[in-house]
Amino acid sequence: MLAMEAVGLTKYYGKSRGIAGVDLSVEEGEFFGFIGPNGAGKSTTIRTFLGLIKSSGGSARIFGMDTQKERTDILSEVGYLPSETTFYAGMKVKDVIRLSADLRKKKCRKEARRLCERLELDTEKKVEELSFGNRKKVGIVCALQHKPRLCVLDEPTSGLDPLMQREFFSILKERNEKGTTIFLSSHILSEVQHYCDRAAIIRDGQIVACDSVEALAQTSVKRVHVEGLCDLAGLEGIRDLHYEKEGAVFLYSGRMELLLNRLAKSPIRDLTITEPDLEEIFMHYYEKGGEQA
Amino acid sequence: MTLVRHELKQSRISLIVWTLSIASLLAVCVFLYPSMKSEMDAVSEMFSSMGSFTAAFGMDKVSFGTLIGFYVVECGNIVGLGGAFFAALCGISVLAKEEKEHTAEFLMTHPVSRWRVVTDKLIAVILQIVILNVVVYLTAVASIALIGENIPWKELNLLHLAYLLLQVETASVCFGISAFLRRSGLGIGLGIAMLFYFLNLVANITEQADFLKYITPFGYAEGADIVNSLSINGEMLAVGSAFTVAGIVIAYVKYCKKDLR
Repeated sequence: MLAMEAVGLTKYYGKSRGIAGVDLSVEEGEFFGFIGPNGAGKSTTIRTFLGLIKSSGGSARIFGMDTQKERTDILSEVGYLPSETTFYAGMKVKDVIRLSADLRKKKCRKEARRLCERLELDTEKKVEELSFGNRKKVGIVCALQHKPRLCVLDEPTSGLDPLMQREFFSILKERNEKGTTIFLSSHILSEVQHYCDRAAIIRDGQIVACDSVEALAQTSVKRVHVEGLCDLAGLEGIRDLHYEKEGAVFLYSGRMELLLNRLAKSPIRDLTITEPDLEEIFMHYYEKGGEQA
Repeated sequence: MTLVRHELKQSRISLIVWTLSIASLLAVCVFLYPSMKSEMDAVSEMFSSMGSFTAAFGMDKVSFGTLIGFYVVECGNIVGLGGAFFAALCGISVLAKEEKEHTAEFLMTHPVSRWRVVTDKLIAVILQIVILNVVVYLTAVASIALIGENIPWKELNLLHLAYLLLQVETASVCFGISAFLRRSGLGIGLGIAMLFYFLNLVANITEQADFLKYITPFGYAEGADIVNSLSINGEMLAVGSAFTVAGIVIAYVKYCKKDLR
């Protein structure tokens, strides 16, 4: 069953584009990454899925339910962590967590306590006294305490220290192993590469790539590291070229025999050709007019 | 009821401050009556000969020398205007504050329908108005009893019912506007309450502007008219009720369709 499905999902804010024709599908049980820089349409996509904003066109479904017509039923199955967590001023952390559970009409004190312990969250503090990272932890508890079928997480690790990030991902992995679908929107590509099964890259409001993380990384683009002197002038398909003391590093998407012929005639000492990491793939997709590699 | 309880908790300090302020001002006013009673003939004559000012505050229709006349002019303005300000502030902020304070994302990503949110917030606003009015009414009764005057039950009940309806209407109009706002609308709320109040003053001064009484809830809550007729003007109340319903309906229609940021 599809946990999330968007077909031609479009949202315009007046004349300005939010997202245009987004097609996306996330299988139930997947750990799915959603990558894109600010303004690409990540949050608009998420907010349309959650029914916070109405789409201008297309459709969005969660667990087969229409996000506009069956919003309440959908939200009872979803835990959402926004990128910036804001709570009602004057409330204690424990009151916010209880309010969230009450709004869901669910008793989840045990799970909330367990999550607070794992995240080392002081529930007696008032929310306005909390640091950004601790506010994030409150958001995490609110999003996970009711054990949702789908977790939608928008930039979840911003503000969390590395130890807490590890604990947070360990909680997510445990949930995912038990069948929870995780939709992780992130700037941090290493997170997506490390934890996600599949990922989609969004650019200018459109999905430019959607595949397994391994497949996304296995493109025709290669990271080339040359030690020694080499003349690369005139070779097509070279990007991100950096000359180093001992040689050069660049991304290459041209014909491999042309590169090897050129290098064979150069006094090079060593040559390494590797798959680029997801960050490099991401940059590739974000080059002006970039097309699928 | 979770949201109603949450709203009441969030606004309890504001409710306590407004209720205590209005109730204590009203009590002080009533306690002043015995000391002024002996000089009332002179005061009453002075107040009845101030032309437009007299008419504006309805002092040409009631005797300032009687308890109810004194109550209508002095206490009526405190409860009427103070209550309208409170109601306007409650109504204008209750929906808009979720976006202003960036809590809309938290609230609306819980399984609560927009319809439910609007309903619960409306109930919370009306409950706050009712609580304020019950406390103020009981304070009025206790204060009058304490100064040893006979309690004019019928007049008092009608006056306070009219003030309650005035506040509900003001809050409802502001509630409708609140659905459109993303920022603080306190200025708009206070402005609407002031506008309603001054429209009634203008209507009192000149008969040509009498129609204004149908626009402002202060028209049917005019204490002097209520005390003299021992009733609330039905036509004005009907128009006021239409404004109340319109404000609420607009809030539902707009908020249920609104993009929340």
